[in-house]
Amino acid sequence: MSSDTDARPAPVKAAIETTHLSRQFGKLTAVDSLDLSVPPGTLFGLLGPNGAGKSTLIKMLITLLPPTSGTATVAGCDIRRQAVAVRRRIGYVPQLLSADGALTGRENLELFAKLYGIPRRERAQRIDQVLTVMKLEEVAHTLVQRYSGGMIRRLEIGQSLLHEPRVLFLDEPTVGLDPLARQAVWERLHALRDTHGITLFMTTHDMEEADKLCEAVAIMNRGRVVAMGAPDELKARVRSGASLGDVFAHFSGESLEQEGDYRGIRGTRRTASRLG
Amino acid sequence: MAYEERAEPQAAWAEASPIVAFWRQTMAVAAAELHKLRRDPWELLTRAVQPALWLLIFGEVFARVHGITAGGISYLSFLAPGVLAQSTLFIAIFYGIIVIWERDLGILQKLLVTPAARSALVLGKGLSASVRGLAQALIVYVLAAVIRVPLHFGIASIIGVFVFVSLGAVLFSTFSLTIACLLKTRERFMGIGQVLTMPLFFASNAIYPLALMPKWLRAVAAVNPLTYLVDALRTLMVGKVPGAFSLGVDFGVLTLLTIAMVMLASRLYPKVVS
Ligand SMILES: Nc1ncnc2c1ncn2[C@@H]1O[C@H](COP(=O)(O)OP(=O)(O)OP(=O)(O)O)[C@@H](O)[C@H]1O
Ligand SMILES: [Mg+2]
Repeated sequence: MSSDTDARPAPVKAAIETTHLSRQFGKLTAVDSLDLSVPPGTLFGLLGPNGAGKSTLIKMLITLLPPTSGTATVAGCDIRRQAVAVRRRIGYVPQLLSADGALTGRENLELFAKLYGIPRRERAQRIDQVLTVMKLEEVAHTLVQRYSGGMIRRLEIGQSLLHEPRVLFLDEPTVGLDPLARQAVWERLHALRDTHGITLFMTTHDMEEADKLCEAVAIMNRGRVVAMGAPDELKARVRSGASLGDVFAHFSGESLEQEGDYRGIRGTRRTASRLG
Repeated sequence: MAYEERAEPQAAWAEASPIVAFWRQTMAVAAAELHKLRRDPWELLTRAVQPALWLLIFGEVFARVHGITAGGISYLSFLAPGVLAQSTLFIAIFYGIIVIWERDLGILQKLLVTPAARSALVLGKGLSASVRGLAQALIVYVLAAVIRVPLHFGIASIIGVFVFVSLGAVLFSTFSLTIACLLKTRERFMGIGQVLTMPLFFASNAIYPLALMPKWLRAVAAVNPLTYLVDALRTLMVGKVPGAFSLGVDFGVLTLLTIAMVMLASRLYPKVVS
């Protein structure tokens, strides 16, 4: 057990703050001396082409991957020195569907509620609440391997909220959701932000969604943030009438004609990322 | 909006003493594994086949070879604890595949992002191996009763056997998790799993006494943890055979190794995902 469990975070202005954060894989610099600051309560979108370093950045912020150099604070706690304190304050919804299929939805939630140390009397109540909000009451006692992709996604998002995290990391959270479920998920996330001031940090390849939902976006390319600001601000910077897709293309040096290819690559990468 | 404005529920939860929190996390992981086991009782039944074959076929045949045991006990009595230790080993040694499987599915990543102690995640898996081991113990006792192998069926010796089987299962399953964390892929792990079990098994006192071994093999057996598990189970199930260690030595060796293995596995656990 680490001694940093009880560390109190210093009162801070930023939910996420990185300083010269870098990660190397051999000769490759996946994240390159990144300085990024996300104010609390922001709906923040991280955009960027494949291999830009988005996942690597998230893995460092959620303490799964140690940085090669530099550091960051999340919810006021240092990711290197106060890793356990960071973990207490964050939620994580990974890119690939990853609830345990051999357990029921409720059992999945119970496992995580216990690991977060939610006391017994509160546990059942919170789990019920999550099942209701995510519209999973009817399948609560069904094995997750029988769930549809969208149901698993909802379960995972619900699970990441059990302990009321301050900062929620989401990797393409609405991929595979039908429009209604997508709407429901976003309403829930918005509500959390409004009532609890939770910060949302998400990656997405869906420019329309990012434009609609994020208050601030950063575009990442080759390990660096190449542009950051409110979507409208960035669009105005490129040219009047530009879409966020144009902004993306402008800053990441990819043309929109490549969109088809780009989606294809993404599919293969997703399979590859299952293995690593 | 600064952070300290909002009351922090987690702060209250963290009040539980670290040891209590550790134990709860461990039991949470073990409970999840047991839910899976409960849904798949077939697994436990198919696990009965191997010990049955060893006792009914191998045991019955070798019982006719005179001079294989010392101290005047029947070969089947001598063999029963060996078979139990062996099936505990075989169940536990493939546990590592679970960590690779959960890594590939992204489940491990989510577990590692919780504040749970890594050692609790590891020990929880180990304890679920213990439950499987205890099922094996029951099976061996039932088989022994059916074919009338004389064993000690007293309550104290049965409890002792359960304790040692649990300990052995945690030891070998966390050993397996450690190997899996080092090898990282399913293919490599399955290969090594096969390569490891047989030497552990044959270089032990599971099916023949140490006294029959050539000197070099005896030296290997003396550093083989399986030997100490067999030794303890044999003392508890049939009584002290010549050359046996004391139960205290068996317990000490197995406990120390188990603690070391849990610590090692929890150090390596987070490395599987990076
Ligand atoms: N474990 C690893 N070992 C070696 N190289 C890695 C590892 N993880 C990532 N990389 C490399 O680091 C770079 C950044 O990868 P990362 O997964 O962070 O990109 P990404 O922005 O998430 O891309 P995508 O949109 O495709 O998910 C890539 O070139 C990738 O190949
Ligand atoms: Mg990625």
